[in-house]
Amino acid sequence: MQKEIIIKTKNLTKKFGNFTAVNSISFETYKGEIFGFLGANGAGKTTTIKMLCGILTPTEGEGYVAGFDIYSEKTKIKQNIGYMSQKFSLYEDLRVEENLLFYGGIYNMKNKNLKVKLNEMLVRLDLLHLRKKMTSELPLGWKQKLALGCALLHNPEIIFLDEPTAGVDPISRKNFWYLIYNMVNNGKTIFVTTHYLDEAEYCHRISIMHQGKIIVTGTPEKLKSQYKKTNIEDVFISLINNQTYES
Amino acid sequence: MNHRIITIAKKELLHIKRDPYSLTIIIILPVIMVILFGYAITFDVKNVSIGILDRSQSKSSRELVNTFTSTKYFNTRVFLNNEKEIEPLFKKGIIRAAIIIPEKYSSSLKRKPETKIQIIIDGSEPNTANIISNYVKMIVSSYSLKINNFQIKAPIDIRPTVWFNPELKSIIFIVPGLITIILMLISALLTSITIAREKENGTLEQILVSPIKSYEIIIGKVIPYIIIAFIDSIFILVASKFLFSLKIEGNLLLLSVLGLIYIISSLGIGLLISTIAKTQQVAMMMTFISTLLPAIMLSGFMFPIKSMPKILQYITYIIPPKYFLIIIRGIILKGIGIGYLWHQVTILILFGALLILVSLLKFKTRLE
Repeated sequence: MQKEIIIKTKNLTKKFGNFTAVNSISFETYKGEIFGFLGANGAGKTTTIKMLCGILTPTEGEGYVAGFDIYSEKTKIKQNIGYMSQKFSLYEDLRVEENLLFYGGIYNMKNKNLKVKLNEMLVRLDLLHLRKKMTSELPLGWKQKLALGCALLHNPEIIFLDEPTAGVDPISRKNFWYLIYNMVNNGKTIFVTTHYLDEAEYCHRISIMHQGKIIVTGTPEKLKSQYKKTNIEDVFISLINNQTYES
Repeated sequence: MNHRIITIAKKELLHIKRDPYSLTIIIILPVIMVILFGYAITFDVKNVSIGILDRSQSKSSRELVNTFTSTKYFNTRVFLNNEKEIEPLFKKGIIRAAIIIPEKYSSSLKRKPETKIQIIIDGSEPNTANIISNYVKMIVSSYSLKINNFQIKAPIDIRPTVWFNPELKSIIFIVPGLITIILMLISALLTSITIAREKENGTLEQILVSPIKSYEIIIGKVIPYIIIAFIDSIFILVASKFLFSLKIEGNLLLLSVLGLIYIISSLGIGLLISTIAKTQQVAMMMTFISTLLPAIMLSGFMFPIKSMPKILQYITYIIPPKYFLIIIRGIILKGIGIGYLWHQVTILILFGALLILVSLLKFKTRLE
């Protein structure tokens, strides 16, 4: 089966003054897969996601998301993606359902459709009993699920998750990945960044980023056999060490 | 209306409803300001205690004394026996002024018109002293007219008539200024903080990933504040009407329309600040310095612009409250129409348009 490319970049670069945050990266993401971006903090993962989401204009290079150009068709891209940022951008002084209603509303969802989708989402995330709860009172793991719900309510094709599990307890992380698999089974594409190397094993394909560059891309199995390691963590460490020696 | 704008506005209302800080500024501050300025901080002088040294002790001297104390300006009198008592009473602050009626007052009054009495005033508060001196002059001159059977002998007779605020009550002068300041506070301060807060919490980024346009975010965010600013102004006007019998001479509709223009130009300042400030605290400080202080000190609210040093007078030209103060005072006190206010209205519109244009442009590029 021919795989359909849904995200594509070519020599994508972002500079902030003299600092090159993303240095000429090229990759492809296929429809319906979980594509992982691995790297230490400051490797350029978040900058890449922001460029793909249309909130940061690249300095150079090309990029297409869902077939739309990241320079000229930002609005069309935005309609088709969901984004969950590192900080779980929720309104702490809003109730659980108010947060969902708000994010639904800014995607122009309204009235009955919004109510139906809201209820479905609350059930799906197991948040129904907490719907009237103030967001500030939720534990971090629940906030993470709510943030995911806010990013998914408008039923996007591609979901960008920027460090979605940072600071969350292991059980919540596991549950979260279960939700991610659920989405992929429904035909969605997931683009996820993480610095938890064990999570890389959950991805269909991964790219390892270091100092603004992609140093390797492939399935976890392929990378492990290629570098003769038993887990991704060791692959990562040996690659980063090589890079450091080279530079 | 656009559904996304409504969504943003509704959410903003929830924030306001649940934020004690915003509620304080919106509800408690106007109430406190009306009470403070209405009752406590007044430039009027009332109920002054005066000392009376009546050396004449005649029927006509007592009549003069009664004239004084029958007004609301001088209510308590302290009878003195000699001039030496005046100074300690001034020092203790028991009396603010003393009237000395000479021994020959009664007889001299019968003989010739130029009878003299002496008034000594405590000048430690120059403003008050001035006002007391004027009151005394007013009372004495109307009294002397009366005992003269209203026969005017002097070749020139001045009888000042004060228009628009005949009793020269300061509250009538202050209320328009109060509205000017509260509108500025709500429009500029609260908007700048609310956008800075979204930036600080990262929620702005989350909103920007949606297909929403930046103007939709801004309009949605400011709508609640426009409504609240309006309600607050109505509250101040109604409260002043009932508590201080303020009479609105001019057209309320005109005042509302021009008020809206002023609110929008104030919002422009708030928006501009929010595009620069990264945190709520910075936004608050910047707004205080750039809007609130000038609005109070340099707009003509407290101090007349004409008596400021030249350099400060030039600065007042770039202070929107200055123009609105002229508009609102004109409409409320003098009942003037738009014909007299085009100059101010044009400047406010230009200010507003410029500020909002610049902040919209900055708001877009800011995200990069």
